Amino acid sequence: MNERVVRAAAGNGAVIRAESLTRHFGKLLAVHQVTFSVPRAAIFGFLGPNGSGKSTVIRMLCGVLRPTGGTGAVLGHDVVREAEAVKRRIGYMSQKFSLYADLSVEENLDFYGRIYGLRGPRLHERKGEVLELVSMTDRREQLAGHLSGGWKQRLALTCALIHQPQVLFLDEPTAGIDPVARRELWDLLFDLSARGVTLFVTTHYMDEAERCTHVGYIYQARLIVCGRPVDLKSLEAVTPAGTRRLELSCRQAAAVLGRLRRAPGVRDATLFGERLHLLVDAALSDETLFRELGPEAEGAEVRPIAPNLEDVFVTLSRGEAARRGL
Amino acid sequence: MNGLAAILLKEFSHIRRDPGTLFFAFLIPVLQLAIFGYAIETTIEHIRTVVLDLDGREESRRLVEAFVNSRTFLVVQRVNDQESFDRAIAGGRAKVGVKVPPDFTERLLGGRRASVQVLIDGSDSQVAMTALNTANLLGLNQSLRRARLFAESIQTAVARDPAGRFALPIEVRPRLLFNPDLISSRFFVPALVGIILQLVTLFLTSFSIVRERELGTLEQLFVTPVGRAGLLLGKLIPYAVLGFLETLLILLVMVFIFGVPIHGSLVLLLALSLLFVLTGLGLGLLVSTVARTQPQALQLGYAVMLPSILLSGFMFPREAMPTVIYWLTFAIPVTYFLEILRGIILRSADFKDLLPHVIGLSACCLVILALSVLRFRKQLD
Repeated sequence: MNERVVRAAAGNGAVIRAESLTRHFGKLLAVHQVTFSVPRAAIFGFLGPNGSGKSTVIRMLCGVLRPTGGTGAVLGHDVVREAEAVKRRIGYMSQKFSLYADLSVEENLDFYGRIYGLRGPRLHERKGEVLELVSMTDRREQLAGHLSGGWKQRLALTCALIHQPQVLFLDEPTAGIDPVARRELWDLLFDLSARGVTLFVTTHYMDEAERCTHVGYIYQARLIVCGRPVDLKSLEAVTPAGTRRLELSCRQAAAVLGRLRRAPGVRDATLFGERLHLLVDAALSDETLFRELGPEAEGAEVRPIAPNLEDVFVTLSRGEAARRGL
Repeated sequence: MNGLAAILLKEFSHIRRDPGTLFFAFLIPVLQLAIFGYAIETTIEHIRTVVLDLDGREESRRLVEAFVNSRTFLVVQRVNDQESFDRAIAGGRAKVGVKVPPDFTERLLGGRRASVQVLIDGSDSQVAMTALNTANLLGLNQSLRRARLFAESIQTAVARDPAGRFALPIEVRPRLLFNPDLISSRFFVPALVGIILQLVTLFLTSFSIVRERELGTLEQLFVTPVGRAGLLLGKLIPYAVLGFLETLLILLVMVFIFGVPIHGSLVLLLALSLLFVLTGLGLGLLVSTVARTQPQALQLGYAVMLPSILLSGFMFPREAMPTVIYWLTFAIPVTYFLEILRGIILRSADFKDLLPHVIGLSACCLVILALSVLRFRKQLD
């Protein structure tokens, strides 16, 4: 499988590095020999189904969960031996809202600022900066528990940023917030990346994955692919030799889906709104395809396309499942 | 010590924002003290009694009168037949049945032995023991009265008092120290101070930490460079202050509401209370290193509280326990604290008198704190 892991960066400049990182919980294997690296100022999107081990990897890299095998390093500090050095330099935003609901926005910020050793005018200055960054200056007095989902996430981000971390880990930062808040949060992340902060983001959203500079996909505890989105889309395993990817627009797309999936020469068919994405044998001509469509062929159009990230992840995780006999 | 000030400030903000904590910390213990202090009464009186007097003449009436006059028995029913007598006991209307046979007077006057049947419901052993002892004593007194009458009639006696009257040969003269009126609240209320103090400190700390674990804020804290000592002390100090203020409050209630004066040194009492508060906080910390959720913390907390209540000498005297259990009671911190409380408050014991208990409590405190600090890691699992 390693030949399919496109190296995210040449080893030495890496800000985050995982080497065969492994974690067992009793008999359960949560993370198995995960190896990757993330260069400075990258936005690394970490994807995978629920329970595949995303949060476990983040926790190990943040120095709060001991790996049972392999090593990890953040900013050159080993995550086990130098966990406290790692913690001073990173910010972490966990999956669920984990600030103090009974404290105000400012009190939460004061608390995290003091924890990182900021005080007096320096703390005041940093608070001003991060509140400005997320446009929360006028909400200083509000209790954190009374904020809406999107604002809570912004507050969590400000708390994670108060000490100017060089690396920011975000565990599903956009889960459960509305599209506008989601877009705004990503704008903030791009802003941070532009300032040289390295971002490690887990997500379920494919559109978010497409925005990342690098992505990794973890499936059943194993990292099955990792690299730049553009490199991953041209992987051979995604569009094997002798096959091609097509987009088909036709009437009743949903109705023909089942028929096409059973048709000879069609390897995969997925519905995207009124269009179908197909992976077909190169030998299958457009005319043969139209014949399969029958009456729906009238007015149908077909054009070759490159795979999107969802295609990449679906194809590779199916391949992985088939190889491991799952 | 990293971040101690930050944690301290935050904890006090929580306490200020959450009146529930203050309510739990101050009002509930006072209520508990008031309720338990009045409810726990170990002097057993007014045991419901049924009487079946088949004789009914002067001698038997005198005997029944003796039962009535003792405060131990309360005659709730007089019956005339065996069936009603049996039913009164089986039905639970009476715990004790006194049955005088029809030939009671004849036998006494004839110089023969007369027997009175006393049936006692043994379900509650303490009540039954009291009834048994009192009934035996009543019988003995009545017999002595008759024996004295007989002795006087033949002008002879085993022993005489200075006035030359007939008397018992041996007189035991007991004198009750420290609590001459045998008021059981004198004994229980000081001990309640210890039990309530442990209850509050144990639950306050364990809940304050486990709640953060549940909310995910503890994980968030673990990812910061906050020091372990800073985190722990920041969590313990506010509750130590709260626990100490509470000690003062409970002692005030004890002195002014229950009228139990503190005979010994108040300074010594407060100093040793602080040591106990620390132990209670340590126990809470220990519980929080094991419990993942608040219900678990609650169960574990009760698992700690039960032996503290049952085996510490609070409810039952430790001397009466089986040897194995007796040795076990030395592992319960509140055991030592109860000795200290009763010692200082009731007997005005000083530091030297209490030294063994102070050493025991200190050892418990050190072991518990060391264990919980060792178990508390800035790691998830």
